[in-house]
Amino acid sequence: MIKINDLHKSYKMGSNSLHVLKGINFNVEEGELVAIMGSSGSGKSTLLNILGMLDLLDKGSYELDNVPIRDLDETKAANYRNKFLGFVFQSFNLINYKTALENVTLPLYYQGVKRKERETLALEYLDNVGLKEWATHLPSELSGGQKQRVAIARALVSKPKVLLADEPTGALDSKTSKEVMALIQDINKSGKTILIVTHEEDIAKMCSRIVRLKDGVILEDKKNKMIKAI
Amino acid sequence: MFSRDRWLEIFETIRKNKLRTFLSGFTVALGILIFVVLFGFGNGLKNTFDKFFKDDALNTMWVRPSRTSKPFMGYEANRRIELNNADLEDVSKRFEFYIEGITPRISFSGTVGYKLESNNYPIRGVGPSHKNNEMTIMMKGRFINGLDVDNKERNVVIGRLVEQDLFKDEDAIGKFISGGGRSWKVVGVFQDDGGDNEERIIYAPYTTIQMIQKGTDDIGQMIISYKPEIGYVGAVAFEKQLKKYLKQKKFIDPTDPRGLFIRSAASDLKENDQFTSVLQYIISFVGIGTLLAGIIGISNIMVFVVKERTKELGVRKAIGATPKSIVGMILHEAIFITTISGYFGLFVGIAFLNFIGDKLEEDYFITNPYIDFSTGVSATILLIAFGAFAGYLPAKRAASIKPIEALRDD
Repeated sequence: MIKINDLHKSYKMGSNSLHVLKGINFNVEEGELVAIMGSSGSGKSTLLNILGMLDLLDKGSYELDNVPIRDLDETKAANYRNKFLGFVFQSFNLINYKTALENVTLPLYYQGVKRKERETLALEYLDNVGLKEWATHLPSELSGGQKQRVAIARALVSKPKVLLADEPTGALDSKTSKEVMALIQDINKSGKTILIVTHEEDIAKMCSRIVRLKDGVILEDKKNKMIKAI
Repeated sequence: MFSRDRWLEIFETIRKNKLRTFLSGFTVALGILIFVVLFGFGNGLKNTFDKFFKDDALNTMWVRPSRTSKPFMGYEANRRIELNNADLEDVSKRFEFYIEGITPRISFSGTVGYKLESNNYPIRGVGPSHKNNEMTIMMKGRFINGLDVDNKERNVVIGRLVEQDLFKDEDAIGKFISGGGRSWKVVGVFQDDGGDNEERIIYAPYTTIQMIQKGTDDIGQMIISYKPEIGYVGAVAFEKQLKKYLKQKKFIDPTDPRGLFIRSAASDLKENDQFTSVLQYIISFVGIGTLLAGIIGISNIMVFVVKERTKELGVRKAIGATPKSIVGMILHEAIFITTISGYFGLFVGIAFLNFIGDKLEEDYFITNPYIDFSTGVSATILLIAFGAFAGYLPAKRAASIKPIEALRDD
């Protein structure tokens, strides 16, 4: 599903150049649940941003579902993101003046899906994350866990190939974290490829594979016996 | 691009961000409102001005003698020049080609009474054509006519306010008023658009006035109305010739700036037009200034709005919004709000001007303020365009920020 070859990325910091990713080779098969681990500064977020086409790579190649991702302009990247990827963020990033349902319909709006169809589909996905009866509530009326579940529904509604989650439990307490991870595991069980960036060992252990990054290189990449969240 | 979905999305955004919508809408509406009102008041001022100065007939020339300031042909300086009946006759004969009507105006003031009421009024000895020069409007009776002049009748025509002062509710026509120890028959009552003072004047035949002033043939000023068909150029030429002729006749040094003044409405008109255009410049300047303030206001708000929405735009981009759709959405929303509120301001402004009407005429010299509808619409469109332009730049920048930067928690 994801093929990465000799990926390099550096940032210009004034006159210095900060080499963040120093040749990453990394493949992900369909249906895997991968945890990318590392302390801050290890380059894990940069890797996720490049995978998410939120950032450009300097050197190397990146293939997503057999489509080479290169020469990205903003419009192309937006279309790829919309088609291939679903995002879940640490701070949820729901649009605060839109209801849960409206937030979930938004990716479909940008896909050009008709309004009625959008709402039916979004409601279905909200139901999947157990929030059907919260559809008309604003994000400010939801708890952290509920917000993240809305965000997950939003990420999935456009039927992406890959779900990318950046510290999805970072802002949640441990009980809620487990609930969210259980949901992610369920989604994975239905065949979705999922990548999670985290620095929490507990969360990583709930994944089927753990990739450890340090100073821009892969330190360790091993299969994991997935622990059930709940 | 302007699909129903886009509209619904925008209506929703507007409905759920009332403060933001109100701020930008209010700025535009207020800008246009102030523009319309100021511009309208400016036009009202111009109206008053026009009304004030266009009271006298335009094809009129006033010839006024004064003292000389230079010695000439054996005469000393500071000699008093007077025009008399012979001058009147000579001028009307010599310049027959130009002249439509000519009348003396002997001005003085005197106490005039009726029954127990009496008052001091300006009195003018004039001929029949004076009526046209001052654009006197007869309310009842008639003006001084040729017979009055020929027979030196003691007939007078009085202003509307003279009648009001002296006669109260009585009809003045046919009644006799006293003045200078004689009685005078009122044959007409007139009104004048030139203001109250113009309606407190009493006109009498100039020959009668000359007779009671111990048989003098002094005629005071000479007021000439020239044929309108000679035009501005003809009037200027006539004025020049007339001045030369009279100076010669009265032995005034041709280079003497004093001795004889000729004022013509034609040259007045030109000055007035210049003044009016200066007024127009001031109005335009104020208008442009107001618009500029409005443009700066809406620009500021647009920058603020986009800044406030940076994170939201980042989210939208992360879930598949293209930069084009982001810019399009912001502009669509901005243009929609500014258009609605701009036209709202325009119509409120026009309604306000209509409401004002002539209410400010007495104290503030603003008559019937108005604004050309096309000027108002152009101003509104200009403000909308600049609002869109001011929104476009930050929107473009926001759309090109990487979503990862927009989403970064600060």
